[in-house]
Amino acid sequence: MIKVNTDITAPIATSHPREEEIDEFEISVPSPPELMKRRAKKHVGFILGGTVVLLVLILAVFAPLIAPFDPYDQTLTNRLLPPIWHEKGSWSHPFGTDALGRDYFSRVIFGARISLMIGFFAAAVSAVVGSTLGMIGGYFGGKTDAVVMYLINVKLALPGLLVALSLVSVFGGSLIALICILAFLFWDRYAVVTRSVTQQIRTNDYITAAQAVGASRLRIIVGEVLPNLMNQIIVIASLEMAVAILVEAALSFLGLGIQPPTPSWGLLVSEGRSFMFFKPYLVTIPGLAIFMLVISINMMGDGIRDITAPEGRN
Amino acid sequence: MKNDSSKSEIQSVSKPNEELPALECKNVGRTFMIGKSILSSKKPLRAVDDVSLKINRGQVFAVVGESGCGKTTLARMLLGLLEPTDGAIYLDGQPISEVDSDVISQKVQPVFQDPYSSLNPRKTIESIISLPLRVHGIGTKESMLERVSELMRLVGLPNRLIHSYPNQLSGGQRQRVAIARALIMEPGIIVCDEPTSALDVSVQAHILNLLKDLKDRFNLTYIFISHDLAVVEHLADWVAVMYLGRLIEFGPATEVLRNPLHPYTQALMESVLTPDPHKGLPEITFGRGLPNPLDPPSGCSFHPRCSKIKDGCDSRLPSLLPESDRLVECHLYN
Repeated sequence: MIKVNTDITAPIATSHPREEEIDEFEISVPSPPELMKRRAKKHVGFILGGTVVLLVLILAVFAPLIAPFDPYDQTLTNRLLPPIWHEKGSWSHPFGTDALGRDYFSRVIFGARISLMIGFFAAAVSAVVGSTLGMIGGYFGGKTDAVVMYLINVKLALPGLLVALSLVSVFGGSLIALICILAFLFWDRYAVVTRSVTQQIRTNDYITAAQAVGASRLRIIVGEVLPNLMNQIIVIASLEMAVAILVEAALSFLGLGIQPPTPSWGLLVSEGRSFMFFKPYLVTIPGLAIFMLVISINMMGDGIRDITAPEGRN
Repeated sequence: MKNDSSKSEIQSVSKPNEELPALECKNVGRTFMIGKSILSSKKPLRAVDDVSLKINRGQVFAVVGESGCGKTTLARMLLGLLEPTDGAIYLDGQPISEVDSDVISQKVQPVFQDPYSSLNPRKTIESIISLPLRVHGIGTKESMLERVSELMRLVGLPNRLIHSYPNQLSGGQRQRVAIARALIMEPGIIVCDEPTSALDVSVQAHILNLLKDLKDRFNLTYIFISHDLAVVEHLADWVAVMYLGRLIEFGPATEVLRNPLHPYTQALMESVLTPDPHKGLPEITFGRGLPNPLDPPSGCSFHPRCSKIKDGCDSRLPSLLPESDRLVECHLYN
């Protein structure tokens, strides 16, 4: 412990009255975490979206336990079996089978893994890159900020999907390559938002107080600025995750993303395309899966934005 | 082990030479270059100009002046957050530019005006008050918690608030948290930048009394920045009046406030609102608003607003000279 005047413990504050702290008059205000919990419990969109996302997450994590068949296992005698809601459908293949006789239900479940993984990691990597750049530019200002702004402007001037297509054709469609390319596509929004919010946060006296205490810049950015940015980052991340899933599906549909035979929802739509008029379920099932996941993530993101909004705003 | 070494370090830091002034400014100035565009040339803004002060240990040194006169810039320089562009500041006799920022932060701490912006809304009271300890790596988790409780008791905060967030506290309580954070490293000097002006009048008195008690108890030195002359009269030993970045009058608080010499100080004292309704609103003797600091008037910077203007005020710069028991920068006196 540091040197303390020994009589410090005697309550000095008794030397003057403290009417302002009489408990009876105190209105109990919830703390930020409590407030978030309360809002989360009342937010229908968040609960609905969160439940679906959670379900898909469970399906993806426990895919090998849940899927009845190996998604790569071809049984050519069982080609194009109809799903359960058709007259000839059976419970052994609830979503039927595809053109190579693979169990479609298992392929859709395994496809959730790819979609979630790409969505989550693309959003996370771009969040780290974009927020770091944004906070650095916003906090330091001046020439540093000019460099960050320049990078953001260059990125905004790039035709995103075109760049993604050309990068995929150069680096191939492996999972890691796709995640990196998508992260490259999405970092700018984090940078724009965190930069402007950091500029506002920087003017607060608690930043000056931390400087006066001798805190390093890193500590101030990570310890004082970042906690105030977390809600914005999470909201953007949830929206970018949905977009990343869509872009992955689009790339895979075009044959530039995940390569067969790996089950990805975009690839499933692409493979089912040639049978669309005879076996429409091959397209509608993975299409609906993409739609459900993306809309749920968006609902959850909207919910998080409402829940983490600053006090007094709803 | 780590604990012990940091302890001795702190003790060596907090043993100042009693002979020397706690803080001393010698011809301190700070110029900002204003103007962003590449095409237009930048203009200098002299926020603080040629300020010399001696701040003695254990005293309350008030800096008064209207908004934009450079009080806060001066405070930031005294805290070591801003480098003076001219002159030098001495902390315990050492030039502040040569003192390690860790040492400055153990000797000088701020209390800010707005307790809503000075506490991070995402952190608990415990984490806010203990920040200085964590930054300097002092003590274990338990000892920090203990010390935070101690400080909370000292500033009159109930211990049950230790895990609350700033939004759950009143303005007065928040300001007590800010004071606790400033005191936890036991600095000798506290720079109070209008510590009560954002508070309710009823709460102001509590905070002022708390500051006074703490000062008597720990022999603190306050640099008290304010535009509230009643507050200054209540607390200050010395008063420095600033106008457009310059120190224009400086002396013992009672003398300066009772018998102001500089026309600006006189006008400031006349503009104080009195509780007597029959007196009506004070007569404003200022001719115009504050001049543009980017284009300061020639000669004495106060001359366009001065009621006692005489020949030469608009051409010659007056100098800060002793007059009776204090220093005044005005042509009327020398």
